[in-house]
Amino acid sequence: MNAINRLAAVVALASLLPLSALAEGPGTVEVTHWWTSGGEKAAVDTLKKQIEADGFIWKDNAVAGGGGAAAMTVLKSRAVAGNPPAAAQVKGPDIQDWGSLGLLTELDDVSKANNWDGLLPKKVAEIMKYDGHYVAVPVNIHRVNWLWINPQVFEKAGASVPTTLDELFVAADKLKAAGFIPLAHGGQPWQDSTVFEDLVLSILGPKGYHAAFVDLDEATLTGAQMIEVFKTLQRLGTYMDPNRAGRDWNIAAAEVINGKAGMQIMGDWAKSEWTAAKKVAGKDYTCVPFPGTQGSFAYNIDSLVMFKLKDANDIKAQNDLAKVALEPKFQTVFNQNKGSLPVRQDMDMSQFDACTQKSAADFKEAEKGDGLQPSMAHNMATTLAVQGAIFDVVTNFLNDPKADPAKAVKQLNSAIKSAK
Amino acid sequence: MSTVAALNKASPLDALQRWLPKLVLAPSMLIVLVGFYGYIFWTLLISFTNSSFMPSYKWVGLTQYAKLMENDRWWVASKNLAVFGGLFIGISLLVGVLLAILLDQRIRREGFIRTVYLYPMALSMIVTGTAWKWLLNPGLGLDKMLRDWGWEGFRMDWLVDPDRVVYCLVIAAVWQASGFVMALFLAGLRGVDQSIIRAAQVDGASLPTIYLRIVLPSLRPVFFSALMILAHIAIKSFDLVAAMTAGGPGYSSDLPAMFMYSFTFSRGQMGMGSASAILMLGAILSILVPYLYSELRNKRHD
Amino acid sequence: MTNALASRRLSLSRLAIYATLIAACAVYLIPLVVMLLTSFKSPDDIRTGNLLSWPEVITGIGWIKAWDTVGGYFWNSVKITLPAVVISTLLGALNGYVLSMWRFRGSQLFFGLLLFGCFLPFQTVLLPASFTLGKLGLASTTTGLVLMHIVYGLAFTTLFFRNYYTSVPNALVQAARLDGAGFFTIFGKILLPMSVPIIMVCLIWQFTQIWNDFLFGVVFASGDAQPITVALNNLVNTSTGVKEYNVDMAAAMIAGLPTLLVYVLAGKYFLRGLTAGAVKG
Repeated sequence: MNAINRLAAVVALASLLPLSALAEGPGTVEVTHWWTSGGEKAAVDTLKKQIEADGFIWKDNAVAGGGGAAAMTVLKSRAVAGNPPAAAQVKGPDIQDWGSLGLLTELDDVSKANNWDGLLPKKVAEIMKYDGHYVAVPVNIHRVNWLWINPQVFEKAGASVPTTLDELFVAADKLKAAGFIPLAHGGQPWQDSTVFEDLVLSILGPKGYHAAFVDLDEATLTGAQMIEVFKTLQRLGTYMDPNRAGRDWNIAAAEVINGKAGMQIMGDWAKSEWTAAKKVAGKDYTCVPFPGTQGSFAYNIDSLVMFKLKDANDIKAQNDLAKVALEPKFQTVFNQNKGSLPVRQDMDMSQFDACTQKSAADFKEAEKGDGLQPSMAHNMATTLAVQGAIFDVVTNFLNDPKADPAKAVKQLNSAIKSAK
Repeated sequence: MSTVAALNKASPLDALQRWLPKLVLAPSMLIVLVGFYGYIFWTLLISFTNSSFMPSYKWVGLTQYAKLMENDRWWVASKNLAVFGGLFIGISLLVGVLLAILLDQRIRREGFIRTVYLYPMALSMIVTGTAWKWLLNPGLGLDKMLRDWGWEGFRMDWLVDPDRVVYCLVIAAVWQASGFVMALFLAGLRGVDQSIIRAAQVDGASLPTIYLRIVLPSLRPVFFSALMILAHIAIKSFDLVAAMTAGGPGYSSDLPAMFMYSFTFSRGQMGMGSASAILMLGAILSILVPYLYSELRNKRHD
Repeated sequence: MTNALASRRLSLSRLAIYATLIAACAVYLIPLVVMLLTSFKSPDDIRTGNLLSWPEVITGIGWIKAWDTVGGYFWNSVKITLPAVVISTLLGALNGYVLSMWRFRGSQLFFGLLLFGCFLPFQTVLLPASFTLGKLGLASTTTGLVLMHIVYGLAFTTLFFRNYYTSVPNALVQAARLDGAGFFTIFGKILLPMSVPIIMVCLIWQFTQIWNDFLFGVVFASGDAQPITVALNNLVNTSTGVKEYNVDMAAAMIAGLPTLLVYVLAGKYFLRGLTAGAVKG
């Protein structure tokens, strides 16, 4: 009896040993994201290297496809299975959804120790908090309402840089007459809606934009101005390449870069393509706010939410990730690669190019008034359901040259109502 | 029950033998009950709730179904499935049967030709979709090739034409599956009693008549297997759409599986996604059950 | 005399038959040829040439780049596919054996229920399945993925074996039973040895299905455990600057090579298996 007991004790101890040894080992941080394109991948690698230099293990869980749809599927399944990663690329109102499920961890220690409240713009900080606590770390601020121009093409066609919608059409006509594709565009729902949201911001102004996409105000959504937006969208569609269906945004960007097309309506991530092609901002390409949206800033903020973990060492690794993501070194490299603005307000902007510097100045300006607005097409303004409903109407409208703007407005309103 | 107990007493080994088939089948039964029907039931349950982002159990009755009925995209997707499924199954059967009959005429190099017809089935839908997306790419693919070869007026822009894009899916899917149908029918043809054909020939029947009147009707079970497999592929063609068109242009090439996936996973409308899944299953059920029933019953009579 | 006349008339129709068959071959082969040609071209060559133009310079750079990105996941797919194929085939054989030779009350109903499983859109089961895997502690493991493939491959493997065994004369089994042979003895000694053709069909079918799976792979395996199809999708769906079609096509070929080889090398057995009864009711 005694012998058996002793044996049992030894076995128990022996089986414990490797366990405790495991607990001593370095923590692992697993990150689910869809930063898989060239510049993004390079940016994520810097984060990975920093984490590994700090003595932790980085487990990469990159899931490409569908603008993050595939990654979300994976994330949901894993959350349901009770096995979420340490961090995941989740943004905007979704952070609140995940927070309300009680799955996210509060980053109080890291955020206090590193003075996040002092570093981050107030609007950004609000988005990252659930119930008053930081549950996510922002990595960048994208501006969506940009227009990218190839000046050589403009010169050849005798077009000038537009600042109003009317001038945009004048320039487009000149480009068309000179045999260029006036507007490079990829026919994917989110790209169609990016153009749509820029038009709303331009025609309705930031207040009207807010009423339409954040408040989902029926009068605004069905108003005469919204019909005007759809009319303009339809007209813009005639300047796009008819073979655009399914084309990726960076393929469209390449058309402008190669001088096949004159301009592209796209967020500032388009710059990463210009940079990759060794082109210099202000010289080889021109960036201007989308005509009529000067002084406004439609933002799209990428962030990593942090899930509740059990293992103490993994939590250490997770905290390290949260800290490193906001450090100037990572912020610089990541945003230079992505084309976005650093989220930290105390950064030395001289390391960034003209476009980003302009973006930073515009951000500060827009922050003072109503100009700073969440991007609808990039899931910062509404729930995914409402966003999806808008996407469906817009993309269907743009792909049907005979569509009726007045009818589209009604469809938009009823689709939003049913998705709310 | 009492007989079982009696048997049990009579000889435990014998009883084991009696129960063994059921025991062997038990794990599969469990799997089917839980993994198929339990999950379907769970989906049914969710379709009556207001589940949005994650499953919740707040009952809302038929609201999600009502919303679905109002959704234009759902109708486009359903119509597409009818068109795609019908054309895909029909054309694949036709091409498969035709090629099988032609190959059955004592063809030289039959093995090689067979392999050529069959190999697309080995590829994943993702690969097929990627390849055909490129072949049908307006400006780069066949479109350009035929114009390069001198056919100036040639335009192949179905992939970006909302009214025709669904036919692109049909082309790719037929390419992938028709060789397999051919193999099934060829196998069936090899099993047909040659003496019947010879007898018919002696009676002066022409070859097409013999095939249409005698051979093909005897291959009814092959039709059944082929139909099962083709329907299975049609419903699972999610991968193909995802790789080839992603539902575009607009949502003109959406299919219910795609719709369900996007509403459940990327849009946070799980209730509506589940409702669409249930309707999808219902549609399959209404077509399949009578068919399965008649097939299985026929067999019992044999 | 009549024979010679008939053969001459036939030869014309035979010509038509051969022409049709060869034309069909071309149609089936074009996508593969295009993929191969493209994978050996340079990106510039792809833009200037057309689909079937010969590469100006044959370059293996696409293949090297593709192997660098997706090659590591090749072995994951092997690790997932082999056990799943073997186990699901074995289970299917046992099920088919019971459903054809040892029918009992309700077995036919069970078969019907199982058949219906062939038509289950897998998207429906993703969440409850993840929940189950999580409870079993198998979330994000290759083991979990193997389990999923076994579960959802069961319908087809059972269908194959059941149909095959139905065509085996029952008297054979009855006689063995009278001789006192047990359940497993009959299976192992009588049925299994004559099942080689259908086992081939089942193995080939399951191998292609599981190797080519994307949905389960992306959802149930993560990061380092993901199969090659997921890696392929990650590659194809993200493009850096200029789209490198040659790399895409080479990666697609790498992902498709094992199943292609199986079809080319074992296609004969596949057809033989089908002939031997898989398609008979």
